[in-house]
Amino acid sequence: MNALTKAARSMLLAELAAGMGATLKAFFKPKATINYPYEKGVLSPRFRGEHALRRYPNGEERCIACKLCEATCPAEAITIEAEPRDDGSRRTTRYDIDMTKCIYCGLCEEACPVDAIVEGPNYEFATETREELMYDKDKLLANGDRWESVLARRLELDAPYR
Amino acid sequence: MVKVTVDGIVVDVAPGSSALQACEAAGKEIPRFCYHERLSVAGNCRMCLVEVSGGRKPVASCGFPIANGMQIFTDTEVVRRARRAVMEFLLINHPLDCPICDQGGECDLQDQAFGYGADHSRYRENKRAVTDKYLGPLVKTVMTRCIQCTRCIRFSTEVAGVQELGGVSRGENLEITNYVEKALTSELSGNLIDICPVGALTSQPYAFSARPWELKRTDSIDVCDAVGTNIVMQARGASVLRIVPRINDEVNEEWLADKGRFVVDGFRRRRLDRPWVRVEGKLQPASWADAFSLIATRLKGVPGARIGAIAGDMCDAESLMALKDLMGMLGSPNIDCRQDGARYDTSRRDFYTFNTGIAGIDEADALLIVGSIPRQEAPVLNARIRRRFVDAGRGKFSIAMIGAPNADPTYTADVLGEGPDTLAKLAAGELPFAEVLANAKNPMIIVGHGALTRPDGQAIAKACWDLAVQAGAIRPDWHGFNVLHTAASRMAGLDLGLVPGPQGRDVAGMLKGGVDVLWLMGADEFAVHDIGPDTFVIYQGHHGDAGAARADVILPGVLYAEKPGTYTNTEGRVQRAFRAVMPPGDAREDWRILRAFSEVAGRKLPYDTIEALRTRMAQAHPAYGQAEHARPGAADTTAPQAGSVTVAATPFHPVIADYYLTHAVCRASPTMETCSGIYVRPATEAAE
Repeated sequence: MNALTKAARSMLLAELAAGMGATLKAFFKPKATINYPYEKGVLSPRFRGEHALRRYPNGEERCIACKLCEATCPAEAITIEAEPRDDGSRRTTRYDIDMTKCIYCGLCEEACPVDAIVEGPNYEFATETREELMYDKDKLLANGDRWESVLARRLELDAPYR
Repeated sequence: MVKVTVDGIVVDVAPGSSALQACEAAGKEIPRFCYHERLSVAGNCRMCLVEVSGGRKPVASCGFPIANGMQIFTDTEVVRRARRAVMEFLLINHPLDCPICDQGGECDLQDQAFGYGADHSRYRENKRAVTDKYLGPLVKTVMTRCIQCTRCIRFSTEVAGVQELGGVSRGENLEITNYVEKALTSELSGNLIDICPVGALTSQPYAFSARPWELKRTDSIDVCDAVGTNIVMQARGASVLRIVPRINDEVNEEWLADKGRFVVDGFRRRRLDRPWVRVEGKLQPASWADAFSLIATRLKGVPGARIGAIAGDMCDAESLMALKDLMGMLGSPNIDCRQDGARYDTSRRDFYTFNTGIAGIDEADALLIVGSIPRQEAPVLNARIRRRFVDAGRGKFSIAMIGAPNADPTYTADVLGEGPDTLAKLAAGELPFAEVLANAKNPMIIVGHGALTRPDGQAIAKACWDLAVQAGAIRPDWHGFNVLHTAASRMAGLDLGLVPGPQGRDVAGMLKGGVDVLWLMGADEFAVHDIGPDTFVIYQGHHGDAGAARADVILPGVLYAEKPGTYTNTEGRVQRAFRAVMPPGDAREDWRILRAFSEVAGRKLPYDTIEALRTRMAQAHPAYGQAEHARPGAADTTAPQAGSVTVAATPFHPVIADYYLTHAVCRASPTMETCSGIYVRPATEAAE
């Protein structure tokens, strides 16, 4: 490109016009942003958010204290203690997840033989204190109860790919 | 030797070996379930199939005898397919409940299914279910998981010597059962848990508490009896969760007695975790400095002859040495490690040692047991006697007992009599067993504490020694005189000289006001209530038991799991244990307590590190400086001192009243309490 053409383009504000043209095009396109928290993005059924411990439909907790999630957790965020329950079944007496350690890799969910520990769709669990992120069994079971319908649907959607 | 080729590798194996042993000699891994090195060959799992040259089909290597020039193939397509097929059959009726099974992570079936099995199951029909059996409070059964390898049947029949397990029905319906709803009556029943290749027999007290991959393993020595069983402490965090045996062919092979295995839940209960001081009749928490200064003040002006020390049954050699040195510094000759009042001539080590050695039992051909019930005092050693009895064949290993007429030793033993008068008859050749002893090449005599704790204990020991000399059992290549100890610390105590010095008082002499200040180191098994009311008692130990209840000052010591220590077993083998977990609270290692106190008392013990203390022990007794244990022969047949008391005719009494409750840690353990309630109390009540 010779100097003359360059000067002409510059004098006629061609770059500016092209830039404004792009702006104008974007002006009439649909918005890319959403009005969070009033609007939310679409999540894949495989989205790995806050953990939950699920129950069977009859109310029995699913977790059998096999400790595979604890063993597989790369961040060592899970702590489990177990003992025989009064009816002789194997149950946890303690199931803690340190959410500040957790890297949300989803391996606990993969390891679980009974679909007890799952990572749900909830990502809005920021807290004001660090202590609140040390989840215990009650908290995780409460999560499970709250999200059960969604969790079951997600597992159902993902089942064909497993 | 026989030459065999395994996958092209030529190996020499002993004649009579099986193909499986040849494969192992060649370094080939052969999967197996029913085969176990220390049990007879059953050959019923069919997992160990290999191909042998000239054979038309694979053979079960565990039961296939080798021949010269035989060629074995362990990795051909035929073998691989055969193993896969066997594994598929085994898994047909095995439930897929690995996530809730306690064997998960250390399961032979899991590992071998992974290594040799197919990747999926073709079986769509219903699996069989088997009702669980009751085998007592220690072994939990989930019989649906059983693969009928029959290891448990063979173990209980061959090693434990109780014919209480067996199989009923055939084929798919075969069930392992104890026929009647009754707890297994064996002190070795815990080994069933180790021997079961699947999760059918697991530990009841340990149920669901941890996974094998979470546990930190530390080598240690069992101190619940004097056998010195090699064990592994498996701990998670601050607590030891289970104890399993470690293989040592010289001592315990791979067995562990139930007390040593299941005492573990007593480790965290009733612990002394801070110093206590008695103020106006009540024990008050105190600091180490306060406790030490109180003792130092109380000791001031007390002559050495009025100070005494008693060492308990579970102490390590280091703390015994430190206690001995501390008493020496305080000028006291009153020190004793024999809470049960046993009498020995300690002038020579072989007068109080199990000289033949535990492994030596395998070479013996006649055995006389005097005043001892090995089944209760040393179950693992008893299993060794039984194995020798079985291996030798009928009439080749004659056993006779004096005392304990009603005990079931798990082998055939003639009860010659109940008291020491039988010994005299034996020496005079009046009993047929005298001839057996005289004709035996390697006769053994075991003297137990049923005899040695009597006032005439030394005289009986001498009579046994004389009998051994008479039978030719004491010669340079064979030492047939054996003392079977019951306390883990006894050998170390006698070696290091924890017996009263000149004009010193023994345990009985220290009681009833015999001393003004009494230092108890883990000592609970004597007549604590006989301590004089004005005696100032210092209890150094780990559990709040009889001694601590009487104490004026309590110094919290540590358990054998919480300190590195040296223990000497009944055969004089010096073994070392390591620390598995940290002690609770303010508790400290016992030798450190004594060393720290010696400084407060103004008579500092000359060692600051455990290495320096061990050097001191090596000076005190040469055995503590040697790396290897040598079985002693006897160069000298001079008999031990007979003592001043002549032999009385009263019968021998068993030294252990309740196998499950012999020391402070057992008494703190709920499992041992349950066992006592199930096994011992009904029997004693029935006797009354």
